[in-house]
Amino acid sequence: MSTEARHRNRAGSGRPDEPRARRPLPRWLLGLGPLALIALVLGFLALLNGPALGSLGERVPPREEVVVEDVRLSPGVIEVTVRNTGPDPVSIAQVNVSDYFATFTQTRDTIAPLESSTVSVDYHWVDGDPYEIALVTSIGGKVIAEVDAAAATPERDGSFFTLMALLGVYVGVIPVALGMLWMPFVRRSTGPWVRLLLGVTVGLLAFLALDAVAEGFALVAGNSAFGGPLAVLLGALIAALLLEGVDAWMRARRRGGPGAAPRTTAPRTLALLVAVGIGLHNLGEGLAIGSAYAVGSLALGAALIVGFAIHNTTEGLAIVTPLAKEPPGLARLVALGLIAGAPAILGAVLGASVYQPSLSAFLLGLGAGAVAQVAVKLLPMLRDGAGRTLSPATVAGIIVGMAVMFATGLLVQA
Amino acid sequence: MMLSGAAALAGVPLVTAKQVPAEGDTHTGHGGPGPSPAPAPPASAANGTGIAHAGHAGFQGGSVPPERAGIDPTAILRDFDRGRTSSLPDGRTLREWDLVALDREFEIAPGVTFAGWTYNGRIPGPTLWAREGDLLRIHFTNAGSHPHTIHFHGIHRAEMDGTPGIGAGSIDPGRGFTYEFDAVPFGTHLYHCHQAPLAPHIAKGLYGGFIIEPREGRPPADDEMVMVMNGYNTDGGDDNEFYTVNGLPFHFMDFPVQVRQNALVRIHLINILEYDPVNSFHIHGNFFHYYPTGTMLTPSEFTDTVSQVQGQRGMLELRFPYPGKYMFHAHKTEFAELGWMGFFEVSPA
Repeated sequence: MSTEARHRNRAGSGRPDEPRARRPLPRWLLGLGPLALIALVLGFLALLNGPALGSLGERVPPREEVVVEDVRLSPGVIEVTVRNTGPDPVSIAQVNVSDYFATFTQTRDTIAPLESSTVSVDYHWVDGDPYEIALVTSIGGKVIAEVDAAAATPERDGSFFTLMALLGVYVGVIPVALGMLWMPFVRRSTGPWVRLLLGVTVGLLAFLALDAVAEGFALVAGNSAFGGPLAVLLGALIAALLLEGVDAWMRARRRGGPGAAPRTTAPRTLALLVAVGIGLHNLGEGLAIGSAYAVGSLALGAALIVGFAIHNTTEGLAIVTPLAKEPPGLARLVALGLIAGAPAILGAVLGASVYQPSLSAFLLGLGAGAVAQVAVKLLPMLRDGAGRTLSPATVAGIIVGMAVMFATGLLVQA
Repeated sequence: MMLSGAAALAGVPLVTAKQVPAEGDTHTGHGGPGPSPAPAPPASAANGTGIAHAGHAGFQGGSVPPERAGIDPTAILRDFDRGRTSSLPDGRTLREWDLVALDREFEIAPGVTFAGWTYNGRIPGPTLWAREGDLLRIHFTNAGSHPHTIHFHGIHRAEMDGTPGIGAGSIDPGRGFTYEFDAVPFGTHLYHCHQAPLAPHIAKGLYGGFIIEPREGRPPADDEMVMVMNGYNTDGGDDNEFYTVNGLPFHFMDFPVQVRQNALVRIHLINILEYDPVNSFHIHGNFFHYYPTGTMLTPSEFTDTVSQVQGQRGMLELRFPYPGKYMFHAHKTEFAELGWMGFFEVSPA
């Protein structure tokens, strides 16, 4: 079409008498109309079982994809929780435990896609022995749950939850509080030292982000029920966006109007963001510890607790370094410490009671996104007099931060 | 923090099980004509006989009732098919059978469906009984969905051997063939499909007992029965999920073999188990005389346990001196606790 013709067309449609003749449809109808139409078409397709497509699925045998989400042992009983991650319903028809057909009950006779079922098997297992529990489906398939060394899963009563809460205090609250004792040291440090310490903080936050992502991926390896690795990445993205939003809102509030918001984040806001990020991270960490303990794969010895304490002490340092030039009051420090540490308690209790791999992976993702966002936010504070962010001091700090986290992380490889 | 990875490895295995039914039962290139398979049994986690197992391994709800399973091991025990007999001009007896290969589903454990291949709709197939020297004609029709053969253990000409590529070879779906040979030698034998790939053609159920009585007969037994030891590979792997004698796991736990005190019991024991190298038979509270392959009139052993490789078979003779319930099972505990065990129930004389 030539330019001329297009001009003419536009001129034609712009005639005042023609389009104004009909009243335009209301906007809400334009929005809802296609939605209703989509629902109608999909409804018909579903109702008619995909016209002309019915024969496509005829010769395709049902696909059974089932993942084991939890195994719990109590005297004489093995409980296996499985989730159907495939497109077809699955029925568990029989159960054999290490080549022995055993009687059992289950919460669902037929497991629809995405549903889970808990199978309780009567079996007198022996402490310390390995077992292979094969759930035999109605078409003869096998879903295997493995127990490396049988041990009673801790009872989930009041004292158990107290223990989990205490665990959260040990690995979350106390180490963070101890780390914050560096506050006076940070306050008295001069510019280059502060930048080095901030580098350390950035390094350890970066480490935490990477570690949480890797952990989240491992949790959902082979379990695609709720997106698998996507749950981790989406969690990270959501956390980063949320923190970014909170930061922007706080900056706007500081100067009393959106137009005049400062470009950098105030140190006290940064410290809060660091605390929130670490808090989300510790929530995920608590989840992992709680669930590992609940399934009997973790022995809670003094060495492990000490390891966690050393590992997490650095997190306290991370919170106080942004405050080098703006010393806070004691109340604020305590609040920051609790924001960062207390979620470990919640995580431990949750992890030990309602363990769900995809949810845990999502929470780990949230933590990863939060600490990553905070690490990025800290970068402007690393700038020295010459305007360099990555000076030898800050680079060294980042590397030291990551190395310390890596080394202390080795202490807690349960 | 590298903890939860360890947790996932140690305590919470994330196992993905992708299954399709074993090869060939629904998607097949051979759309052969013939009768459609029997209606599928209910596939829900249905209950079985409901008989408690009192400390033994067993299915949730007991074994499957025979009428629902499509297999009745108790009926198979004493079901010797002597065929249609007529006299030949030379005075010999001609025995004829019709064997039809059919695809059919069975409920082998409560809620577990097995897509089987059968002779005459049963696993194991009919126990063919003949007298030494008879002329045998087996009219075979393949109404299944894959090529099949019938390979008899016995002495016969190559073209009657049911081996692919020799004589009639593979019998395609919709086709048939008559196997003809003399009943020699006497003994406890078997027949099975010899189509390649051989393992699934046997393991899906194409086998049965083949008994040749000595010309002069044996000392009369009070109770003569056949026991075919088999297994079911339901997930397409390289092992069996279920083990049985006469086709239905744990059946004889719920329905003991009924015998009378002091009666002479003769058992033709045949092992057709695929995927496992050795099977065995053990009886509680008793001993038996064992006649390997049943080809001699004197026993070779007085024992309470025998082992057989695939295709090996023999004859057992025993009397129960005391009434009561006596277990019999594979003396391979794995097989026993996956279905191959049962009871004899001896009633007082």
